[in-house]
Amino acid sequence: MSSSSESLSQTIVIKPKSGWQLIDWKEIIEYRDLFYFLVKRDVLALYKQTVLGFTWAIIRPVFSMIVFSVIFGGLAKIPSDGIPYPIFTYTALIPWTYFSAAMNMSTQSLISGKGIFSKVYFPRLIIPLTPVLSKLVDFVIAFIILFGLMAWYGISPTVNIFFLPVLILMMMLTASGIGMWLSAMAIQYRDIPQGVGFLAQLLMYASPVVWPLSLLKEKFGESAVLMYGIYPMAGVIEGFRSALLGHNPMPWELIGIGTLTAIFLFISGAFYFKRKERIFVDVA
Amino acid sequence: MSEIAIKVSNLSKRYRIGLKEEVHDTFMGSIASWLRSPVSNYRRVHNLASFSTKGESDDIIWALNTVSFNVKRGEVIGIIGANGAGKTTLLKILSRITEPTSGQAIINGNVASLLEVGTGFHPELTGRENLFLNGAVLGMNRNEINRKFDEIVDFSGVEKFIDTPVKRYSSGMRVRLAFSVAAHLEPEILLVDEVLAVGDIDFQNKCIKKMDSLSHEGRTVLLVSHNMSSIQRLCVKVLLMRNGKIFKSGNTREMISTYYDSIGLNEFKFIINKKPADHTKRAFIRKIELFDHKGIPTAVFNRAYPFRVKIEYEVIKPTNNLAVVFSLWAMGNISVCKSFNIDNEENIREKYGPGIYVSKVEFPGKMLNFGIYSFNILLRSGRTLLAFSEKLNFTLTDSSSLPSTARTPKFSDKILLSLPLKWHTEKI
Repeated sequence: MSSSSESLSQTIVIKPKSGWQLIDWKEIIEYRDLFYFLVKRDVLALYKQTVLGFTWAIIRPVFSMIVFSVIFGGLAKIPSDGIPYPIFTYTALIPWTYFSAAMNMSTQSLISGKGIFSKVYFPRLIIPLTPVLSKLVDFVIAFIILFGLMAWYGISPTVNIFFLPVLILMMMLTASGIGMWLSAMAIQYRDIPQGVGFLAQLLMYASPVVWPLSLLKEKFGESAVLMYGIYPMAGVIEGFRSALLGHNPMPWELIGIGTLTAIFLFISGAFYFKRKERIFVDVA
Repeated sequence: MSEIAIKVSNLSKRYRIGLKEEVHDTFMGSIASWLRSPVSNYRRVHNLASFSTKGESDDIIWALNTVSFNVKRGEVIGIIGANGAGKTTLLKILSRITEPTSGQAIINGNVASLLEVGTGFHPELTGRENLFLNGAVLGMNRNEINRKFDEIVDFSGVEKFIDTPVKRYSSGMRVRLAFSVAAHLEPEILLVDEVLAVGDIDFQNKCIKKMDSLSHEGRTVLLVSHNMSSIQRLCVKVLLMRNGKIFKSGNTREMISTYYDSIGLNEFKFIINKKPADHTKRAFIRKIELFDHKGIPTAVFNRAYPFRVKIEYEVIKPTNNLAVVFSLWAMGNISVCKSFNIDNEENIREKYGPGIYVSKVEFPGKMLNFGIYSFNILLRSGRTLLAFSEKLNFTLTDSSSLPSTARTPKFSDKILLSLPLKWHTEKI
C-alpha cells in the first residue's frame, strides 16, 4: 500500500484467497518502516517508567545465574565440564533468556496487536516477527556481564566466536518459527498463551542450561545426542559455550541438525501463519 | 490510469455469531457440562472460522451480501444505513483488513484507511514517538513523516507536550495529535469510518473541514457516517445499505430522506407522532421540522440567513401555561441559549385545550459562527416537564461569498458567535 504520494499508483485486487500462500517478502520490505517503528516501540516501551531501565536486561539472567549456581552447581553438584559453574550457566542463559522471552512475546503478539491489525492493513507476518527482533536488545546487553565474568575468570573467547552470528540466526529462526505457529493458534485458541509460559519453563530443563551436554552423552550415548540435536536450542546453547569458553570443540553435528529443524520450523510456521492469516480479524 | 477508482462486484462476507451458551440450573447439569466443555468449547471456537458447505445454520449472518458498485476517481461517496447494515464490514474488506467470503473488489490507486484515529498509539511513549509510529501504521514512510513532522505537530497544537508520554495527555490532546497525523495522509483513495464522530464538536468541525479540502483536491473518498449533516455536506452520492445489501444509491439528499423515512426520522423532519403509552402524559411532540430562510426543508443552513424550526405538538389533557422551549447546544454540551415561546410571543394563550398546535421559532442569521450545532425542544407547564425531543443536529455553513462576513472566524478559533456588532471609528 504505502499511501505516500511518491510511491507509484497500483492496482489491488481483493478476493477470497484459498490454500497455501507464500511469504510476500517484497511486501514486507515495502513495509519495512512500519516494521522498524513497531520494533522500536517494543524496545522503547519496555522499560518506560522503570527506575532501573535496561539494567533489567541484566538482572534477570544474573539472578538466575546466582540461583542456579547455588542450587545446581553448589548443592546438586552438577558437573560443568571443568568450567566455573556461574559462567557455565550464564553463557547458556544469554541465548535461553532471549529465546524464551521472544517465544512468549511472539505467541502473545497477535492478541496484543489486535488493536492495530483490526484497523489497518499491513503484512500480518510483521507482528510475530517484531518481538524476535526487539528482544535482541536485551540479548546484546546481557553480553556485557558475560565479558565481565570472562575477564574475572580469565577465560578468553576462541576463534569460533565468529560463528556466533550463525547461532544467533538459528535461535532467531527457531523463535520466529515457533512464534508464527503459536501466535496464529493463540488468536483463535486462548489456551495457547496459557500453556506457553509453562512450556518455556519445562523447555529450560530440557535444554542444556543447568547441565552440560557431556552428561547426556555419558548416560545415553552418542546417538542420543544426535537425536537431541533435533531440538535447535541444544545446538545453540552448546555452540555458545564452545565458541565463547572454548572448553569443547564446536558441536557441529548438533548445530547442523538443529539448523535443519530451525529452518523447518520457520518455513512451516510461515505457511501455517499465512494460511490462518485471513481469519485473524474474524476470530480475534 | 483508469477512470474507476473502486470497482466492487458481488462482494459477500459471512460471519458466524456464537450461539448463546447453555444454561444449567442443576448442579449435576453444570458438572456434566464442565466435563464436556473442552469438546464443546473446541467445536465452538473452531467453528468461528469454518463453515460447512452444506446448508446454512442459524448462527450464520451475511454481513455483506452480493454488493456491487463503482466509484469514479475523485468522487466522494457516503455510505449510510442502520447499525449492522454492513457499512463497516464493507470498509474493512476494501481496506484489506478482512477477506471477503466471495466476490471481488478492484482498487486503482494508493489506499489509506482511517477506521479509527490513533491506531497503534502506545500510552507509555511520547507524542513524538507515537507520531512516527502512527504515521507508519497509516502507511507513511520514514522520510515522509520526517518531512511533515513540524507541520503535523503545528496542526495538532501540542508542541509543548511533544516529548511527554501520551498517557499524560488529556483525551482531547491525544485525539488532536492522532487526527493531525491522519490529516497529513496523501492517499489517492481514502476510506473513512465514523472517525468524524469522535471528539468534541470543534474537533468534528476540523475533521469535516479537512475532508472538504480532501475532496476538493480530487481524492476519492468513501465515507461511512451516521452524521447526516457531514454526509450531506461532503458527499454528492450516497449508498444506502440495509441488511448487508445496497438498498439504494443516488443523490445524497434523496438517500438521506429515504433512510430517515425508513426509520421514521428525517434530518430536517423529526417525526415522533406517537401517543405516549403513559396515560398521565398531558402533551407530546408530534413533529419537528427545519426550514431555511426560503422555506426549503433542510438541516444545512447558510449562517448569514435566519432559519426556522416548526414544532407540532398535541395536547391530550387541558393544560395551563404551556411553554415550548427551544434549547440550542454547541460542541455537544455547551448550552448556547434557551428560548421560551411564552417570553417572546405576543398573544399567549393561558389555557390549552386538547388538540394539535404548531409553534414556529426563527433563529436570526449572522449570529452563530459556522459549525455543527444541535437543539432540542421541550414542552413544559410551569415547572413540570411534559415532553422533550432528542438532540437534533444541524450545520451552519460559511458564507464567505457575502461581503458582510468576509472575515468569519476560523473553526479552530472555537468561537461560537459571529455577531454583526455596530462599530464606529473617527479621528479625534
